[in-house]
Formats: sequence, structure tokens, C-alpha cells
Amino acid sequence: MVKWSDFERAAIQDIFSKIDYDVVGSAALSRCLIVYPWTQRYFGSFGNLYNAAAITSNPKVAAHGKVIMAGLEKALKNMDDIKTTYKDLSVLHSEKLQVDPDNFNLLGDCLTIVVAGQLGAAFTPEVQGAFQKFLAVVVASLRKQYH
Amino acid sequence: MLSKKEKKLIKEIWERLTPVAADIGSDALLRMFASYPGTKTYFSHLDISPGSAHLSSHGKKIVLAIAEGAKDISQLTVTLAPLQTLHAYQLRIDPTNFKLLSHCMLVTLACYLGSEFTPVAHAAMDKFLSAFAAVLSEKYR
Repeated sequence: MVKWSDFERAAIQDIFSKIDYDVVGSAALSRCLIVYPWTQRYFGSFGNLYNAAAITSNPKVAAHGKVIMAGLEKALKNMDDIKTTYKDLSVLHSEKLQVDPDNFNLLGDCLTIVVAGQLGAAFTPEVQGAFQKFLAVVVASLRKQYH
Repeated sequence: MLSKKEKKLIKEIWERLTPVAADIGSDALLRMFASYPGTKTYFSHLDISPGSAHLSSHGKKIVLAIAEGAKDISQLTVTLAPLQTLHAYQLRIDPTNFKLLSHCMLVTLACYLGSEFTPVAHAAMDKFLSAFAAVLSEKYR
């Protein structure tokens, strides 16, 4: 069981209450596809991912960004048992989507950077630490059902 | 691989950050210590609390070295030769830590530059810092 300090709980809830879900998910996913182009291998059906401008304006990327945020919100609402909450998602990513789990860290890093850009100085080192701990638990839970 | 455009962009960004090198550097270090506590083990000889003089001067040192490298990216191996020796034989910092500091440096840039830290700038910077780290660890073995 993951132990969250009061500060961590508050910081994580606060971040999610401040960010614009419609913008952040899409921005994080497009950054991932731009900064780490090999991740595009999982999005063959998304159409034009030819350059940064195309990726940023791709409607399928935007839509999928929202799907990702919805998934993260599930973790946010069940912070004390993300592992169980994510069991089916983990099976989905390993057996159906067959995503190399190292990619979860790449997306997580991009998400951190997008949140940092949105919150500026309010995204202090301590707040970042809490957010990254949350993402680490999310990633570990998504990796759990890979065999 | 860095294109000409990317090299120019990287050089410009670090030129702008040189006057605030201490702030940028100490911010990135603090972020690294907060998110990756294992990295603190390399600093037992310094006072790394927020606002300390050690943190400020060390952060400045790091940023100025990166900025120097950014001035002529094609010459990284030449520019970094002394630092390669330092890291390989004296500091012996495990190279996986370079990735951690690089990530925190990107977060600092995102906070500092806001929307100016576009996906294109982010990609270029990430590639540059990876190349920098790779050159830095070249003499390790």
C-alpha cells in the first residue's frame, strides 16, 4: 500500500483541480509523439503525424489525450488503491495494445513538463516531487499485469 | 541528431539563461533532490538546502557548462574534455543520474519559459541534454 503524506495528497488534488483537462492531456500526448517519435508506432491509425504542427492539430491525438486524462482521474479518485483500480487497464495495455511499459515513463515526463508550463512557479520542487510520486504509482500499477 | 535550426534555438535559449544561471541551476537541482532522493547522496559534502550559497554556486556551475557546450554543439567532445575526466575519475556519478537532472532541467525550463517552451524547443533541448550527458560519460570506461 502506498503511503501518501497530507502534503502529497493536497498537492496532487490541487494540481488536478487547476489544470485544464482538455488541454493538458492532448498537449502531453502530442509532446510525447514529437519529442519521442518512436512512440508513434502505437498510433498508426491516427493519420497525419508527419511533423510537430500536424501532431499538435491532429483531432485523434486531442481526443486520445482526453481518454488518458480520464484514466488518470480514476487514479486520482482512488489514490489509496491505484493498483486494483488499474488492473483492467494494465491487462489492456499489455495484452491488447502491447505497449512497451517504458513508454509510460516517457508520457509521464511529458505530462510533468506540460503541467509545469501551465502552473509556472506554483509547480515547486516539492509539488513536483509529489506529482512524480503519483505518476510513479500509476506507472507501476499499469506495469503490474505484464507477464 | 540535431538540425541546424535546433542547434541555433538551443544556443539562443542558453544565451538568455546565462545571466540567471544560478537561479536556473539551483531550481533544477532542488527539483532533482525532491523527486529523486537518491541523487542527494552525491552531495553530502555540500549544504543543498533551498537558498544555500553552495546550491546557488553549484547550480550556476552546471548551467554555465551547459551553456558553453551549447555555443558550438558540434564541438561538444572538445569543450567537455576536462569535465569528462572530472566525472569519470573523480566524481564518478552513475550516468543514469544525468537523465534525472536533464529531466528536471526541462521542468525548470518549462516553468521559466512557459508557453515559449514549445514542443519543438522541448524536443531539441531533450536531444541536446542527452547528447551532453552521453559525451560527459564517454571516459567512464
